[in-house]
Amino acid sequence: MDRIPILRMGNFLLVTIQVDMHDRLALTLQDDLTNRISEVGARGVLIDISSLEIVDSFIGRTLANIASMARVLDAQTVVVGMQPAVAITLVELGMSLPGIRTALNVESGMEYLQETAEAGMEIGVYGGDSTED
Amino acid sequence: MSNLLKLIQESRASVLQNWMEGIRDLSRRRGLIDERELEAQSGDVLSAIADVPADTNLSNIDLPAWQTLKELLGTLSAARAVQGFSPSETALFVLSLKQPLFELARKHWGNKANELFSEITLTNDFIDKLALYTTDSYIHGRDQVISRQQEEMLELSTPVVTLWDGIVALPLIGTLDSSRTQVVMESLLQAIVQTNSRVAIIDITGVPTVDTLVAQHLLKTITAARLMGAECILSGIRPQIAQTIVHLGINLEDVTTKAKLSDAFRLALERSGRAVVRVSKANTSAHAAKEL
Repeated sequence: MDRIPILRMGNFLLVTIQVDMHDRLALTLQDDLTNRISEVGARGVLIDISSLEIVDSFIGRTLANIASMARVLDAQTVVVGMQPAVAITLVELGMSLPGIRTALNVESGMEYLQETAEAGMEIGVYGGDSTED
Repeated sequence: MSNLLKLIQESRASVLQNWMEGIRDLSRRRGLIDERELEAQSGDVLSAIADVPADTNLSNIDLPAWQTLKELLGTLSAARAVQGFSPSETALFVLSLKQPLFELARKHWGNKANELFSEITLTNDFIDKLALYTTDSYIHGRDQVISRQQEEMLELSTPVVTLWDGIVALPLIGTLDSSRTQVVMESLLQAIVQTNSRVAIIDITGVPTVDTLVAQHLLKTITAARLMGAECILSGIRPQIAQTIVHLGINLEDVTTKAKLSDAFRLALERSGRAVVRVSKANTSAHAAKEL
């Protein structure tokens, strides 16, 4: 049974979905990803779905679940590169995925993750000082 | 049976002349077609009638022999629909052929009442059928014009313009219905992908009314854009529309809204880390001096 590879880049995990997602695969990804996050202490997860052309409500919900689980484990999730057709389908299915951060491409997604990671570090280092501005 | 056909073939030129006299004032009144073109068309139609085998039945225009004539009339009336002729003018073009043909028949069978009557009835029937066929083709041509215009309007009505590197705008004009919203949504999302834009501005200055359905369509579009990683700003909300939105209880709280397109553009520039500054006169002259 095939799996979706999870790459590690520093503090971030990179997932590129390049095959059609079926339900079992989505659940396996959810398992693997939560395990990897806690294993490496990742601060951010980037899921690239630019090759994904078909979604259903289950996949949408699984994505939302993954984001929520990652947040519980203190990692930000960004979903990048969603196709117009996929976005329209999700909206028509009534899934606006309010908890998920999105970005146009891997580059801007990475940018966002780095920004939030740096912001988190600053708060950690300077403590209450940064609340002034 | 078709003695008249033979007659037409014999005296084609005089029939054409009579016919032209009959329709001349019609064409002159509108000025939509010039006389020489009209004469050429009439000549073509008459030849198509005259060139069939002499024993062809006039009472059935579905015969293969009449195919050329029908095709000719079809193209003519479709062209007339585009040129702006009215349906009755197009039909009159064919119907006015009756007079010269009756004249011809009278000249030939003037003192044989029975034969004259049967020939005239036959011709009358034939021309009526041709006129009906012409009207049908005219309406078909008109329909094609209308459907083409509808398609063009649908495309024209959703232009996505790039305001700046990474900022696209969609100025909406006219009423939004389901089919149009679908096109709007698709073209906006496509433009976001193509131009790699992080901010999209939807301007509804030209939308006359916003009801719950329109608002729902807009919210769907905005949500879809957000899912793709672009932020949407809604602008051009007129005071009356703001009132309607609140009265209808539409929740636009998750959407960034601005009153004017310029405000939305300013915000979009801000979000992408840019700002518009006025270049002071001293600065420009200093800059110019440096350039020199």
